[in-house]
Amino acid sequence: MQKEPATPGAASSPPARREFLKQGCAACLAAAAVGTPAVLGTRVFLDPLTRLKSVETFVKVTTLDTLPEDGTPVQFPVLADRRDAWTKFPQVPIGAVFLQRLSKGKPLALSVVCPHAGCFVDYVEEQQGFLCPCHNSLFLKDGGLKDEQSPSPRPLDTLEVQVRNKNEVWVRFQDFQLGVTEKKPVA
Amino acid sequence: MMKRVLAWVDERTGLGRFAEAFLFQNLPGGSRWRYVWGTLVLYVFFLQAVTGFFLWTAYSPSTQTAWESIHFIQNEMTGGWLLRGLHHFGAQAFVVLLVLHLLQMVIHGVYRAPREVNFWLVLALLPLAIAMSATGWLLPYDQHGFWASRVPIGIMGVTPVIGPWLQKIAMGGSTVGHHTLTHFLALHAGLLPLIVALVLGAHYYLNRKHGFADAPKDCGCPDEKYFPAQFLKDAAACLAVLIVLLGLVLVPLWQNPSAAPGVHLGAPADPSEQYSAARPEWFMLFLFQFLKYFPGGTEVWGAMVIPGLVMTVIALMPFVAKWKHGHRFNVLFIGALALGALTLTRIALVQDSKDETYLAAKELDRRSSERMRQLVSERGIPPSGGAALLRDDPFTQGPKLFAKNCASCHRFDGHDGTGRKPLNTYTVRAGDTWESIAEYRFTKPEQLHDLNKSLNGRALMPGDQVTVYARPWAPDLKGFASREWLAGLFDPARVDGPHYLGGTKFKDGKMVKWVKKNCTPEKAGDLKKVIAALTAEAKLKSRAGLDKADAEVIKQGRALITGDFACTDCHSFGKKDPDATAPDLTGYGSRAWLLRFISNPNHADFYGKRNDRMPAFADKKILDAKQIGLLTDWLRGDWYVPPKTGGK
Repeated sequence: MQKEPATPGAASSPPARREFLKQGCAACLAAAAVGTPAVLGTRVFLDPLTRLKSVETFVKVTTLDTLPEDGTPVQFPVLADRRDAWTKFPQVPIGAVFLQRLSKGKPLALSVVCPHAGCFVDYVEEQQGFLCPCHNSLFLKDGGLKDEQSPSPRPLDTLEVQVRNKNEVWVRFQDFQLGVTEKKPVA
Repeated sequence: MMKRVLAWVDERTGLGRFAEAFLFQNLPGGSRWRYVWGTLVLYVFFLQAVTGFFLWTAYSPSTQTAWESIHFIQNEMTGGWLLRGLHHFGAQAFVVLLVLHLLQMVIHGVYRAPREVNFWLVLALLPLAIAMSATGWLLPYDQHGFWASRVPIGIMGVTPVIGPWLQKIAMGGSTVGHHTLTHFLALHAGLLPLIVALVLGAHYYLNRKHGFADAPKDCGCPDEKYFPAQFLKDAAACLAVLIVLLGLVLVPLWQNPSAAPGVHLGAPADPSEQYSAARPEWFMLFLFQFLKYFPGGTEVWGAMVIPGLVMTVIALMPFVAKWKHGHRFNVLFIGALALGALTLTRIALVQDSKDETYLAAKELDRRSSERMRQLVSERGIPPSGGAALLRDDPFTQGPKLFAKNCASCHRFDGHDGTGRKPLNTYTVRAGDTWESIAEYRFTKPEQLHDLNKSLNGRALMPGDQVTVYARPWAPDLKGFASREWLAGLFDPARVDGPHYLGGTKFKDGKMVKWVKKNCTPEKAGDLKKVIAALTAEAKLKSRAGLDKADAEVIKQGRALITGDFACTDCHSFGKKDPDATAPDLTGYGSRAWLLRFISNPNHADFYGKRNDRMPAFADKKILDAKQIGLLTDWLRGDWYVPPKTGGK
């Protein structure tokens, strides 16, 4: 921080102030020059945050006839139009659900996604429940947590079901926030 | 002349003096093998940069081209498999060498003043290396990469407060897609290597500034210059690492020359097709295992808080070492840590090796990957990407469709098409015994004992829950309409067994009675002709040669069907018989016949009102036309088979 030799006749405050202004300007100009491209870039990079997921609607998954009478859960792929950045995929698998017949009322739809870390759970007949192959979370047939020690913070997520035209099973397919106790849809 | 040029360059740039200081730096106490670690880390980084750059020149980050471009690199481009193999193992070597370097620094106390910053730089490289590895997993966009990277992305989301945003920025949206790949590539090949290069540069600079280590006391070893003494050791060590890496790629090829060369590339990622063997790279298995011990909601402790604390303790080691027993504590701490990580890794490996779901998923992935190679070489990759090839392949989809839609009644070679035997849970009622339950399901009591080990074979009581093999309610369809299959149908001993009509309501029906009465050894010759004629109707691809050779026999068989054997009393054959009460035998088992049959078995041409329980898959909209087509082709063994190449 060696001071420049003061110019003649400028020993008092004005030059010091001028010096300060100069430093300030230099810093501002440099920041603007360096910052502008960085801010522009970051703005584009953060675009996903401002892009909301399109509103989920009901998707036709299967028909009632395909669900076993004994209530065994069966996994079905969920087909829908999906938009991924620049590509629109017509009718592709966007995920999967487990459907099971209940003794009365509509079938039960469970998301196959383990709420812990997002792996797909398997139905294990011997256990009469669902097992996550990643960190061994165990769920009951109705999706409830089998034991408190499971790494999953909450039961399997249930999805809304509608039965249309007497036979068609429609499911409102949603993703939920992973790793938290509360079931919150991903925006 | 040369000297003058060099002198000129040196005068203008100072490069010469720098190179001289660099190469001929004095090493107090001489060169040492343990000084090579830093250079090795630098070397592997260089290796990764070079191999990575060339992979990058042929890689295309999007969900329809990522797997496809890697497949092309791996299988079509000259030496692509070797390049990818080196990069794959180099990434692991980078982490391993970093850990060894760090251990070495702690054990020899090289973190003490003035080398604290140097120690921290190596420590900082560790999470950077893991981030590089984690972003690299996804890039091939195969099933393994896709599913394995879901976990770290998921974990990112549990970061307090900013988690969901962080996750969304990383993925470039709400789900894994194009922008996840572009983001990961930018991180993996751009930002992260830049940071690693800067950190490595700083590490190397400080290393030279402070010297490799303090001169050993009373060792009597003379000083040496870096070049050639240490340089030789460094070069030898780098070459040794390279040889090991090359060996890792080449030895499997040498052991099994017929296999696809290079490291595994799984089937293309399919978000609807779960992969139950998703695991992180082996050096992260300990963390993966560690997370299993954290019950729901406490994950953030296992994934972030505890690893963060451990890193902090390591970072503070230079200060801890100032305390009297500090160094000893540091060595013990890092030793315990290494031991713990090794133990957790071992537990994870042992658990996986016993986990049937994991092993089955691995095997399925191996087969799909192999199948993809065949399909790509046959058909080429369509613009929509490689995943479509598998979705349209009867060989891949048939078993899955069968397992889901048919296996609740039918079997395929005794299993559900995918190799699993369907199981049920049965609640025991009064009067049930092991024997009665087993007999009803065509199994043996011993098999049931094996399934229900917890009951120890004790007598059953009403209300007991037992796991049983599901009863087949319909024929086993392996080889349907083939000669072997029909021979079983016309065997009096087998026709009412579990493989044919034993589980159906036709168990004591006309067909069974007819077979028992007429299919006697005396008629064996004629029966063979009938079978040949019937199977010829199916026009099975695999039997085309046989059908052609047997043209005369088939002609005789056709005459027997309408004549001596009187099949046409109940079935139609050749021409429509309005009074027929059993399935039409015209085109029996052919593609068109089977398509119509699966679509609606209740049709008058088939079982009509007599149908036992088979659903009308098309009319009830259970399966669409494409699925029925895939199922039909699979049952008829009609899928692309690669031409046999020489050898085995």
